Order: sequence, then structure tokens, then C-alpha cells
Amino acid sequence: MAEYTLKVRRYQPEPDDGKADGAYWESFDVELDETLSILDGILQAKNDQDGTLAVRCSCRAAICGSCGVKVNGQSTLACKTKIGEAADEAARIAEASETNGDGAAGTRGSEAEDVARPEIVVEPMGNMPVIKDLVTDMESTHWEKYRRVSPWLMPTGPEPEREHIVEPEAMVDVTQSVACIQCGACVSACLSMEADPDFVGPAALAKAYRFIGDPRDGQQEERLYDLANDPHGIYDCTHCFSCIDACPKGVAPMNQIMRLRRIAGDVHGIEDVNNGHNHELAFVKNIEDKGTLDESLLLQESFAPGIKGKLMPTKRAIKGLLESIPTAIRGIRTGKMRSLPKLIPGVHKKLPGDAQDQVKRIYEHAEEHSTELNLYIIGEGGEEEGAPGGEDVPAAEIAPEPDEPKELA
Amino acid sequence: MPEHDVLVIGAGLAGQRAALAAAEAGVTVGLISKVHPVRSHSNAAQGGINAALHEDDSWESHAFDTIKGSDYLSDQDAVEIMCREAPKELLHLEHIGVTFHRAEDGTLGTRAFGGASKARTYYVADITGQAIMHTLYEQLMKYDDLIDRYEEWFTTELALDEDGNCAGAVTRNIRDGSMEMFRAKTVILASGGNGQVWQPTTNALICTGDGIAQAYRAGAKLMDMEMIQYHPTTLAGKGFLITEGARGEGAHLLNAKGERFMERYAPNKMELASRDVVSRAEQTEINEGRGFPDGTVALDITVVPRKRIHEALREIVLVGRDFAGVDITREPIHIKPGNHYTMGGVKTDIWGRTNVPGLYAAGEVACVSVHGGNRLGANSLLDTLIFGRRSGEHAAERAKGSKLTNPSRAVLHDEEARVEAIVGREHDGRRVSEIKAELGETMDKHVAVFRDEEGIGTALEAVRRLKQEARSAYIDDRGTIFNQDVLGALELQNMLDCAECTCLAALERKESRGAQYRTDFPERNDTDWLKHIDVSVNGDGPELSESPVTITQWQPQERTY
Repeated sequence: MAEYTLKVRRYQPEPDDGKADGAYWESFDVELDETLSILDGILQAKNDQDGTLAVRCSCRAAICGSCGVKVNGQSTLACKTKIGEAADEAARIAEASETNGDGAAGTRGSEAEDVARPEIVVEPMGNMPVIKDLVTDMESTHWEKYRRVSPWLMPTGPEPEREHIVEPEAMVDVTQSVACIQCGACVSACLSMEADPDFVGPAALAKAYRFIGDPRDGQQEERLYDLANDPHGIYDCTHCFSCIDACPKGVAPMNQIMRLRRIAGDVHGIEDVNNGHNHELAFVKNIEDKGTLDESLLLQESFAPGIKGKLMPTKRAIKGLLESIPTAIRGIRTGKMRSLPKLIPGVHKKLPGDAQDQVKRIYEHAEEHSTELNLYIIGEGGEEEGAPGGEDVPAAEIAPEPDEPKELA
Repeated sequence: MPEHDVLVIGAGLAGQRAALAAAEAGVTVGLISKVHPVRSHSNAAQGGINAALHEDDSWESHAFDTIKGSDYLSDQDAVEIMCREAPKELLHLEHIGVTFHRAEDGTLGTRAFGGASKARTYYVADITGQAIMHTLYEQLMKYDDLIDRYEEWFTTELALDEDGNCAGAVTRNIRDGSMEMFRAKTVILASGGNGQVWQPTTNALICTGDGIAQAYRAGAKLMDMEMIQYHPTTLAGKGFLITEGARGEGAHLLNAKGERFMERYAPNKMELASRDVVSRAEQTEINEGRGFPDGTVALDITVVPRKRIHEALREIVLVGRDFAGVDITREPIHIKPGNHYTMGGVKTDIWGRTNVPGLYAAGEVACVSVHGGNRLGANSLLDTLIFGRRSGEHAAERAKGSKLTNPSRAVLHDEEARVEAIVGREHDGRRVSEIKAELGETMDKHVAVFRDEEGIGTALEAVRRLKQEARSAYIDDRGTIFNQDVLGALELQNMLDCAECTCLAALERKESRGAQYRTDFPERNDTDWLKHIDVSVNGDGPELSESPVTITQWQPQERTY
């Protein structure tokens, strides 16, 4: 048993008894074993100290997806976060902020003679309105987006008399998305959604992959066309990995989004409204050729790739390039792009020594080892041997924790 | 006042399946749940779902295993229906999208499970319940316009009309605290079991026996309430479940001396004997000093190939790592028997009908009875789906031939008053959470794997005292928006009603059968006790009666594994 302090972001929509109006912080001291969870801590506070403290919870075992919260700023499930580890993390944060000289924000009484107990910060999930304390309105955000992707299997052809015959690996593959418990932690952590609240988002897009990756579904192309041509669809993700860090079930939503992009662009040749697929190809090629990003070429290659693209630009390319000019100017002004003289083609610096050859070798290695097999079964230490289509994966190649969620970062 | 032909209360597997079946039959459906449907406890069913689908298997074999597993207390007509209809239901699930494990040739593959003479358990890794429930929820999205969902509405009481038909329910919208009378031609209870009466338990915090208690208070009979399953493999402390699938994949049970002790208790089936047998064996080892100091024995999964563990027992790898700090692929994990399942519940016929006209029940809230004295692993998902669907179909047909009647308005007023009274209680009694904790501890001590008259009597006395104390138990939250405190007080009353019925039935049954093992009556006694014990309300208190067990073609035999 050990003592911990939970600093909870509270919001009581009907304040009474002199409680603060609106949102406020309140600290609760609890005493429990370090291996117990943040949820156990919250429930102890709720049961013994203040029954008005609202939190959704049910299974306590990371299966039901009710208790999505932020702990020390990281979106997660309260029941899956050990309180001892969260306290260590809080201490680390407090130490770092003291070193940086921004005082004792997030810590308690720096005047205490011995080391003050760091407060574990617990907040409601982000990107959702708060109803009360740690309870958020998932209906108007998460569930609406879930319904957006027509989340049910649409088989074509007559129903088979028995089961559909499918590759065993195909079921294992989509089971990674099936493992999603709709807790919303990824939605809470999503940076793209913070910038664009209409973004369909990591959970709903992982759900979309669950059907698009399912060989029994007959609407693969239609689903992809729809999501590629929604400006808030698959190309609205900025690749920040936050959802992968947040997901308590190893669903790795961003990976599913990237797979949707590849199937949309490479398999179905879908030209998306954001020009995202061509932009991705241009970006990859740019690095392969130059080692670092040559911004002078990126836009033109995205819209008008190669010599042919420049000699005979399509209407779409011209329109796209013209429409990008304001964005480029804004980028230069705010310092997000290089200054104009450095954007002259040919000025971009080459990598020193044989670095460019090393980049090429990385590309070759990646191409040799690329696989569309999902993360349920992958090679160990990046040495993926598993191939698509159900080839044998040697036992030793099974990653011990394919979905190792990052420790609280 | 919302009105529907069929009102389904509870939205786990049984409730969602019932709602879909009723909608398909062409009636209007309301689906109420105190949590968002995908948070329901059906999620926790890990191992799989049984069906005699393979050509080498037969429904008769499945039925016999189920009946033997039940220690001959199940009603065999109901078991026959469940086992006959299982293959069709399983294929339906496959057709709507469940990603069942496939064999090498792409057909559905199986795993072995306890008490079964064939490997007939179909599964999705070890998230079978979750996978099926999310697939049903997808179907609810598909039929969005046919089924009105009321997510996060808490049903406080059932309402009857003046002729005694169930005609609706009083429900509190958790979001804003408003109380509504829902009118309906038929009502299907699908609100789950009462595992929270015990502490620890594998059950979710929401499993508070609401439907069992509400049906009981509305005059429905409860049956087999003494039959409470203790699962053989739960983590000490918090009671988390380790799926039987682990033993199905070949894991061993070891005592502290490293002996595979099941040899002494079930030499043929070993770890895959039925759950009551394995739990008793473990508890005997622990009681006789051959367990570990923390009151456990060990489950050794390391004998299962690593590849297979990661593919088929993925959730258990996470549970072991996150909640026990054990890498199950490398070392044994300590486990013990823990409260898991309510075999008893609201007594129904094979269409889910209770003795209250218009009131149906399906899933863990109900007792058909297909599980009798002991449920086989992977039969619970099947029970929810088969009898959920049958209830939905039957309730829809009944609704088509009847008119909406008027539930007694007094119920709404009474319920509003009850809630107001709880909110207004003075802070001079005990806290709701204290009473709940004492209840759980008491029941786990006295009404568990081994029972005797003295222990059960002690528990009953405690439950009756706690019922008194609960009347003045206080809460903190006086608000209307998301007032979970007041819901906790209502749940406590439900749990106490369930506990009282369980104690009475356990005291009454003076023999050992299935999950009821009486150290003072250690033998099964078919002459006197091959019958159900029913409990119903009489005035203010419970009254016991009995009813016959339906036997079709399987006469009771000695039960060995």
C-alpha cells in the first residue's frame, strides 16, 4: 500500500454547496497498492470521499472501453494505467518542469520540507465536450464518426449455405481492428482532429479498415472512394503516431489509415480530393533522390510528376498548383517552408559522403521486407518474415508484444 | 411517454439479438441500456461459442455434454433447442461479419473447451464475446431506423397494467436525470447477471442483478438462484478472468508442489473437466495446504507453443502482463476460483416467457434452464443468442396481436419518490459503497465453492441486516446530470434482493449438485432434490416453491470426468 494524490480536472454542471462554478481542479489522497490502477484510485475517492465524482467504468479490465481519460496528459484507459507507474511519471514531469524553471506546476506544496508527493493529473478525454468531471459526450463526436463509415459488413452475392471460405490470415488480419473497444483514447489524442474537428478520425477509420480489409465485404472500392474523396477522410491524417501511443488494445489506428491509403491509391488508383496519394509518392521519391526534403520540387512533383507531367500538365495539376500558392506563401511567411532563394530548384544541398547511398539502401531494405500482414503477427525486431497470404510464420518470429503500448511518455 | 411494440431492457448480446429479431419481425422496438451497448458485459466472454457444426459432431452430443455438465438440473427440452439451433446461429454470425478463426482450408476452426466431448468451440482469438457484440452493434447501425436506442438510460422498475400484464418500465435518463414511463406491448429483460453481489468477481461493475430483482419485485418467479458458478481460473485480488481457452489450448494446473493435481480429481478430462469440478479441486488443494501462500494454485500456459499463445490467447497475454505482472509465455500465473456466472435467474419457458404475462427474459438474467447446476464454458454466448432471438421473435408476435395498455401511473410516481428520497437522505447512515463491500465479502466467504448451513445462515442474516441499513444509506450527489451515486443506491437494493434469494435457495437445497456443494450434505440426492427451487415475492418477503426438472432422453447418471 502506498499513498497517492490524484489531481482531477472536475466539471460539475450543477454546482451546489458552495462548489466552484464551471471547471476546476481538485486533489484526492488515496491509499492503495502500486499495482492497482488509476481507476481503482478514482473509485476509492468516489466511494469513500466524494460520490459526485463522475467517471464511466465497468469491466476494470480494459475490455469494455468505458474509462477513457487522460493521465498526466496521455490519453489512455484509467483501468489499464497502474497508479504506481503514473506516480513515477508525474514525478518525472515535475522534476523536468522544475529543472526548466517553470516552478512547481502540477506538484504540491513545494514548501514541504521533504520531497512533495507528485500529483497524478487526471483529465477527461480531449476532442470531446465534457458532460461532467471525467464523463465526456462521445455520442456527438466519436459515435457520429463511427456511423459515418457505414460500419457493417456488406457482402455481395448470395449468402453461402455454410460459412464464407476465407484465408485464415485474412481473419487474423482484420481482427486487429476488431480488437478495437471504441474507448475513444485515440480520438482524444488525435492532433489532426484538434485542427480539424470534422476529421473522420483514427477510431472510425480503423473501423473502416475492418470492412475494407475483410475479403467478405463487397464494397471495398466504394468505401475507399468515399473516404479518399472526403476532405476530412483518410488523407487528413498527419502521421503523428499519437493514436498508436494512446490505443490500449494495439489496434494501431494510424497503421490502418496508411493501409487504407495504399489500397486506395496503389490497388484502386483512386485520385483523392486532397491529392494525398500523389503527394505521398512525390514525398517518398523526393527523399529517395535527395536524402532530405527538397521543397522546391515537392509541390510540382505532387501535382505534375516527372518530365511528362511538366511538359503536359493536366488541368487538375494546374488547378492544384495554383490553389497551393497561398498555402506555400503562408508557409514561407511563417517559416514553415524555406525562404524563397532556397526554393530555387537545384539549390538544395546534397547529403555528404555516401549518405545518399545509405538512404538508397534503407529504401531497398524496406521494399524487400514490406508486407501487408497486419501487426497481430509480425516479425521480431523489425525483421519481418511474415508474408501476405498466410505463409508460415516461424514461432520464433512472433513478436512477444505486437502492440506494446508505449509507457506513459 | 415513449411507446414501442417491444421494449428490450439491456443491450448486451441477448438484448441486441432480441431487438434485431423483433425488428426483423416487423414491430417497433425500443432498446434501453444503462451503459452504451458495447460496454455491456458480454464483452468479457473470451473463449468462444459452442455449436455442433462439424459433420463429425452432433447436437445430441452437445446436449448430453451440457446436461451432464449441469449435473442434470437443466431442462432438457430447452437444452435440445439450444443445441439444435446452435449451428444455424453460428453461421448467421459468420454471415453478418464475425471474424471467426479459420482452419487451414478456410473453413471455421474450433478449439477444445471444458466438459465437451468434441472440440466444438468457435472463437475469435480470445475476444469472442467482444467480436460478436460489436458485430451485432454494427447491425443495429444498419437497422438504425427500425430500432430506437436509449443509451445510458437506467431502468428503475417494471410497470404492470391493471390486469397484471407487463406494460412498460420506468427509466431514468442518466444524462439529465429525467424519469420516463416507457409503454410497451411486451418487455424483454436482457440485463445480465448479478456477479457484483460477490467480491471479488470476474463480473463488471454493472452486473448488479437489476433485471433479476425487478422481475422478482414484479411477481416473476426466480429459479436455481443457489447455482452460482465459480470459474477455476481467476486472478487473486481483483478477480480478473483467465479464459478456459487457455486450458483448451493445453495449459496445466499445478499446485505448489508442482503436481498436476487434476489427475486425482478428473483422471480422464484433467483440466478440462467441468468448471464446478475443477474449482472444487483447486479449492481443496488450497484448503489442504498444497496451494501457494497467496491462496492460489498455478496455471501453466508455457506448455502451449508461443506462436499459438500470441495468436489465440492474446488478451490473456495482456491481462497477465498488465494486471499480474506475469509474462504467461514464460512463467505460470497464480489463479484461484472466483465468482463468475449466475446460472439461476428469472424463470422462463423455451420462448423466454416468464410467469408475468408480457414479460420475457433472456441471457444471464434468465433461467430457462439450459445451465442447471453448472454452465459449460462457451455455452453462455450461445444461450444469449438463441434465447435472445427466440424471445425477440415471440415477443414481436405477441405484440402484433395485442394493444398498448396503460401501465400503472403509480409506479412512475413511486419511483420518482424513491429516487427523491435517496437523494434527500441525511448523512447519518452508512455509505452505499460500505454496504456493497460488506455484502460482497460476506457472500464470497459463505456462499461460494464450499457451503454449509451455518455459513449460509450467517450470510442470510447479514444480508437482511444490510437490507435494513441500505434503507438509510446515504449518497453525496444531489444533482440530476449523470448522478451515478443515486444509481449506485438503486443497484444496491437490487443486489440485496438477489442475495437474499440466493441464500434462501442455497439453504433449502440440502444436497450437493453442480455449483452447490454442501459440506454438510456432500452427495447428490436425485430422490429428493432432482428439482428446481423457485423463489417469488409474497407480500414483503420471498417465498420458496419447487418445480420439476424436464427430462427428455437423458436419465441422470453418476457424473465423472
